[in-house]
Amino acid sequence: MKILGQALQWLSDPQVWGGVEGLWARIGEHLGVSALTVLLAAVIAWPLGVWIGHTGRGAGIVGALTGAARALPTLGLLTLFGLLLGIGLGAPVVALVILAIPSLLAGAHAGVSAVDRTVIDAARSIGMSTHQLVWEVEIPLAAPVIVGGVRTAMLQVISTTTLAAYTADVGLGRYLFSGLKTKNYAMMMGASLVVVVLTILADLGFSVVQRWLTRRTHQLSRCPAGEY
Amino acid sequence: MTWVLNNLDQIRTLLAAHLLLCLPPIVVSLLAALPIGVLTARRPGIGRFVRTASSTLYAVPALPLLIAIPLLFGFPLRSTATVITALSIYGVALMVGSTADAFSSVDPMIRQAAVAVGYSRTALFWAVDLPLAGPVLLAGLRVVAVSTVSLVTIGALIGVSGLGTLLTDGFQRGILAEVLTGIAATVVVAVVIDGLLLAIGRLLMPWTLKDVAR
Repeated sequence: MKILGQALQWLSDPQVWGGVEGLWARIGEHLGVSALTVLLAAVIAWPLGVWIGHTGRGAGIVGALTGAARALPTLGLLTLFGLLLGIGLGAPVVALVILAIPSLLAGAHAGVSAVDRTVIDAARSIGMSTHQLVWEVEIPLAAPVIVGGVRTAMLQVISTTTLAAYTADVGLGRYLFSGLKTKNYAMMMGASLVVVVLTILADLGFSVVQRWLTRRTHQLSRCPAGEY
Repeated sequence: MTWVLNNLDQIRTLLAAHLLLCLPPIVVSLLAALPIGVLTARRPGIGRFVRTASSTLYAVPALPLLIAIPLLFGFPLRSTATVITALSIYGVALMVGSTADAFSSVDPMIRQAAVAVGYSRTALFWAVDLPLAGPVLLAGLRVVAVSTVSLVTIGALIGVSGLGTLLTDGFQRGILAEVLTGIAATVVVAVVIDGLLLAIGRLLMPWTLKDVAR
């Protein structure tokens, strides 16, 4: 347990936190890269997921993709793209986008396909176009589940960005890998604590958003029956 | 392909090491999650706490966990014990949720009926709860197994050999074929273990077969 004290001592040093390569900068970089990759993955996964959920076509693909992604070793993707694209930021971003797609796709698909059939029929019968149905009924009702997908993807990506430091000079993983080389255990432990706190905070943040959205959609769907 | 043929011996050694690292956590996950999961399903108060705790534990990134475990428990950093402990923690965290779901999915009417015809508590568990929870348990265990097999590769980063060694070594030496072999071998191991679990499930729970046939 002595190591915890040393780690806290490392963390209490203001010099560790400041500067271009300090902890704050690394945390910013880490979260920035994570957010960017989830955004890129969403651009690909959401339209596809909503389309599959709306039409019900190709639902098998979603299950197959999430299963395949689980078996695919993250480190394998990182090193593969590291070799193909060089040691810049490109390789980890591509690898992380691939990892994030299945959760986002599953969220969008599950959310949209779970929308009550009677709600869809009602929307159709009051004359909504397909465009309106998707944007004004299906997506708002699916929002909590879609955000659930973002939560899973974001957590996965924040975790995995730690590994990205193996092939690129990016994020909090830097401390872990340079600590491994120089046997600086206090730094490794301190940085590990920061990563753990970061993921738990992110998870909490998303769970709050998700709960708020769920309450809101419940109100939305109750509204007509209550008022008319 | 030539790379694979030239390095068959190394691949075989790493494959064996990989299996030794990933099988214990899978077994531990099942055995440790069973009592916790049953408790979680039966006591909603404890259940909520256990579910939050296990999902938080699962959110902890793998590399920091691999580094924190030896430092906290005093294992040497590059030891198989580190990898096995870390993956068991993940496996249990993941499995507790599915175990709780599995036992909550057992129809209370069936349990009451069993009690009414005189099943003891032990018999209720072994002859009613466990078989009925079986299919959901199996589904959870398959997820644990596949993700454990692929997570073991990360052990290579702290110097514990397994198929992940092909990834780190291939990257450092710039051998694309070696990295591709590492990825392919890991996926194949995951698929084979998944298939084995499915087969064992069919053997132990033949009634699930009938559902498929219908």
